[in-house]
Amino acid sequence: MSQAPSQVARPRTYRLAELGLMILAIAVATSAYALVGLGVEDTVPANVYGYAGWLAALGLVLHIIVWIKAKYADPVLVPIAVLLNGLGLAMIYRVDLGRDEYQGSAMTQLVWMTLGVGLAIAVIFVVKDHRWLRRYTFVSGFAALLFLLLPLVPGLGKTVNGARIWIGVGPMSFQPGEIAKILLAIFFAGYLVSYKDQLVAAGPKILGIRFPRLRDFGPIVIAWVASVGILVFERDLGTSLLFFGLFVAMLYVATSKVSWIILGLGFFSAGAVAATFIFSHVGQRVSGWLNALSPEEYNKTPGGSYQLVQGLFGMSNGGLVGTGFGEGRPNMVPYAESDFIYASFGEEIGLTGLFVILLCYLFIFQRGIRTAQQLRDGFGTLLATGLSFTIALQVFVVVGGVTRLIPLTGLTTPFLAQGGSSLIANWMIIALLLRISDNARRPVEDFHTGVLKITEDPEPGSAGASVQAHNTDERTRRSEEPARRSEEEAPTTTLGPADEDAPTDYLGPAGGER
Amino acid sequence: MKKPLTHIAVVGFVMFALLFGSTSWVQYVTADSLNHNPLNNRQVLDQLARDRGPILVDGTPIAYSEPVDDKYKYQRKYGSEGLDPRAYASLTGYYSVVSGASGMERAAGDYLSGDSDALFYDKVGSFFTGEQPRGAAVELTIDPKVQKAAWDGLGNQNGAAVAINPKTGKILAMASTPGWDPNALASHDTDEARSAFENLESAEGKPAYNRAIGGNLYPPGSTFKVLVAAAALESGDYTPDSNLNGPAALDMPQTNLQIKNSHPGACRNGGKPTLADSLAESCNTSFASLGMDLGEDTIRKQAEKFGFGKELEIPLNVTPSTFPTDLDPPQLAYSAIGQYDVKATPLQMAMMTAGIANGGKMMKPQLVDRVLNANTLEPISETRPKELSRPVSGDTAEQLTQMMTGVVDNGTASVAKIDGMKVAAKTGTAQHAKGAAPHAWFISFAPSDDPEVAVAVVVENGGNAGSEAYGATVAGPIAKNMMEAVVEK
Repeated sequence: MSQAPSQVARPRTYRLAELGLMILAIAVATSAYALVGLGVEDTVPANVYGYAGWLAALGLVLHIIVWIKAKYADPVLVPIAVLLNGLGLAMIYRVDLGRDEYQGSAMTQLVWMTLGVGLAIAVIFVVKDHRWLRRYTFVSGFAALLFLLLPLVPGLGKTVNGARIWIGVGPMSFQPGEIAKILLAIFFAGYLVSYKDQLVAAGPKILGIRFPRLRDFGPIVIAWVASVGILVFERDLGTSLLFFGLFVAMLYVATSKVSWIILGLGFFSAGAVAATFIFSHVGQRVSGWLNALSPEEYNKTPGGSYQLVQGLFGMSNGGLVGTGFGEGRPNMVPYAESDFIYASFGEEIGLTGLFVILLCYLFIFQRGIRTAQQLRDGFGTLLATGLSFTIALQVFVVVGGVTRLIPLTGLTTPFLAQGGSSLIANWMIIALLLRISDNARRPVEDFHTGVLKITEDPEPGSAGASVQAHNTDERTRRSEEPARRSEEEAPTTTLGPADEDAPTDYLGPAGGER
Repeated sequence: MKKPLTHIAVVGFVMFALLFGSTSWVQYVTADSLNHNPLNNRQVLDQLARDRGPILVDGTPIAYSEPVDDKYKYQRKYGSEGLDPRAYASLTGYYSVVSGASGMERAAGDYLSGDSDALFYDKVGSFFTGEQPRGAAVELTIDPKVQKAAWDGLGNQNGAAVAINPKTGKILAMASTPGWDPNALASHDTDEARSAFENLESAEGKPAYNRAIGGNLYPPGSTFKVLVAAAALESGDYTPDSNLNGPAALDMPQTNLQIKNSHPGACRNGGKPTLADSLAESCNTSFASLGMDLGEDTIRKQAEKFGFGKELEIPLNVTPSTFPTDLDPPQLAYSAIGQYDVKATPLQMAMMTAGIANGGKMMKPQLVDRVLNANTLEPISETRPKELSRPVSGDTAEQLTQMMTGVVDNGTASVAKIDGMKVAAKTGTAQHAKGAAPHAWFISFAPSDDPEVAVAVVVENGGNAGSEAYGATVAGPIAKNMMEAVVEK
């Protein structure tokens, strides 16, 4: 049994499963849209067929592209993204109907969604193999910095609600930080995978903790300090927290250094405490969080807990099953269509509905981590971890803020909240995760060159006599057909250095393309 | 990289677990308390969208809902022809789309909105008939004539006036000035409603305080002497004719302070006045020495029997009145004449007066007379008179009534005389801060022999009379007009 036949059945592609889930997602999203019309105006929206058709076209085009260009990609990601995006559209429409003046913001968001799906398709086409991105490690790093700096450019940057994170050209505005998030993940992944050995092994030891040499660590420190520094100047601590979490998670996965993580968290906590004292708006957020339900905080303008508490009241009004679309009062909460869309959902579709939404995010995260575990290349592992952790952390920061678990910071709820930049960025993240998961599950012979076929153990000596029979067996099999590991086989803990250090270029295509 | 990756997965799962927890916490575990939070105006909005029942006074609405064509569907309005909404604001409270509800709008909210379990059969009925469920009407015990007398009497002065039917405990009038207009707060324009609320909260004279039952408690001054006299009579050691020590000035033990009478010279009978005389001419020195003789505990126990220190809902929340503890002799002497840290609400003083008037039986003060079906005006429930306590015996009550009648007939309260009947009263002029004009107090009931109304009036800082104010001259006429509004029917 140790010698598996070379012509084993190919891994299943699950494309039909994706199609089924996609149809379900489109059906649910369209029903939500129709129910909003019924609930608010007592009639199904006139454009419901056009709307459903457009949504279905977007979903199915993406489905077909994935089928052709990334057929081993994870089948759950796209339907979940379509479902969340569709639910978001319905709620944006609902909040819009609740306004005194209808603004047509759901249609604007649908345009952004179209753009997002288009960019996702572009990413799938352009990035044929995620390892190709590694070449652009430093380009990504610089681009990320540039994007982060853009809002500080006089005349281009715009300050909205105290945060200077927007750029505006004419009537259009955009948050470049959302794109910077992806670029930073690519930069961290590329840099860490190249330099982790130097980071871990070389360098002085202080207080029992080995610190990396400055020249190894420098670029990362610069990137991180710059991004956090800029965000402090742009006064957007939610994004700052997000970037920091992304950085710490990827650094930990790359180096396994718990002590650095503790140090990092310590620095961040110190910084956060300092920020509450130095920046009045941060201090206000914290006191508005701690004493949210006191009348003083509630009535304080600006900067009181009015929005947070109104959100809580909306959610408690929803209770277990919600009021139903159109029956609640989400419009009482400022920014019910963006920052507080989670509370709007809580009011109208209840705890059960929110659980479904949270489960959707949990699925995205879980599929991302699973993909990272399946991968053999360090860059891909880091990138998949970074991207999926970004989504999880962003959900945590915004939902935690809305539910008063942590102080409120201005972040968007991925896919749900109104806002083009965030939507586009998240669709691109999904596209990258699709590409990475496709690579993770694709059989070796499907890598297009055909020149490089791996038949030998990539790690000499790994099948040493001292290793137990079972391990040897498994490792041999894996080394022979490294790309065929099905989900059932994917081990999480017992992996030896063969996996840890699997070089990124020996597998061929990346090197072959260079 | 696999092991740290597993750790990151665990961190992510923990974050999601926390979110599931916090979401459940908001939407389920604490949902009920959030829904009933005073700041939560969603309940108000839900109820605004319903036909809320009116608050009635003698059959006329002082708060009612009118259908309008906006998202709230009903506009709450206050006041009626001849019923100034400002005069009733301390009773109705407000019902605002931004600030929630106060006053009876809040205290009787379940009836008005139709949520009360007591309306269950009505609700079942409307379910079967398909009618829009409607809140119940709440009729107050207020007599608009007495309320008008109180409101007009207080006028532009800050203060409060309460009238109670001693036999039933029904509150016939309860006014607090300065008044305010709840209509401004009921605006559906949220900016307008919010600024009206802010104005109310920050306005000079603090109109948001219902001075009759809460907010700033006043020292009762000499009206408290009635309570000390009650304690003396109840002790069995004194009769109305017992002679007390009433010099022109009483040296305070342990200090160089002196308590003096408000009029120059010693009290009646050459500084040896009877208890009845002491009350009639409001002698400070004799009551100060009586207080020191009776002791702190005796007076406090009597005060507590009259309701001091006790929570009370009428159903508005009444701030408990207080008698201080751990007094040294000078503090006790000052407390015995209603100064130092003795604090009482006008309702408390009216309750005490009513208790004496009703032969020592103190009835529970009530504001809600009946709850009615708002469509048919059929009564759903009616408030029955309820005895609250027996602070003094029938004999003591009788003696106190005689003594208080003497205060009107040949004492400081002659202003309260009403033709054709005996009136009992006590004045008070309470010092409360150095240099500030005194609060003018007046408590009374009429007729003495068969009381129909008991009244307490306080005018802050002497009202328009300023430092020249006395209880008799400033608060007395208001009390008299209120009593007349009842007895001259």
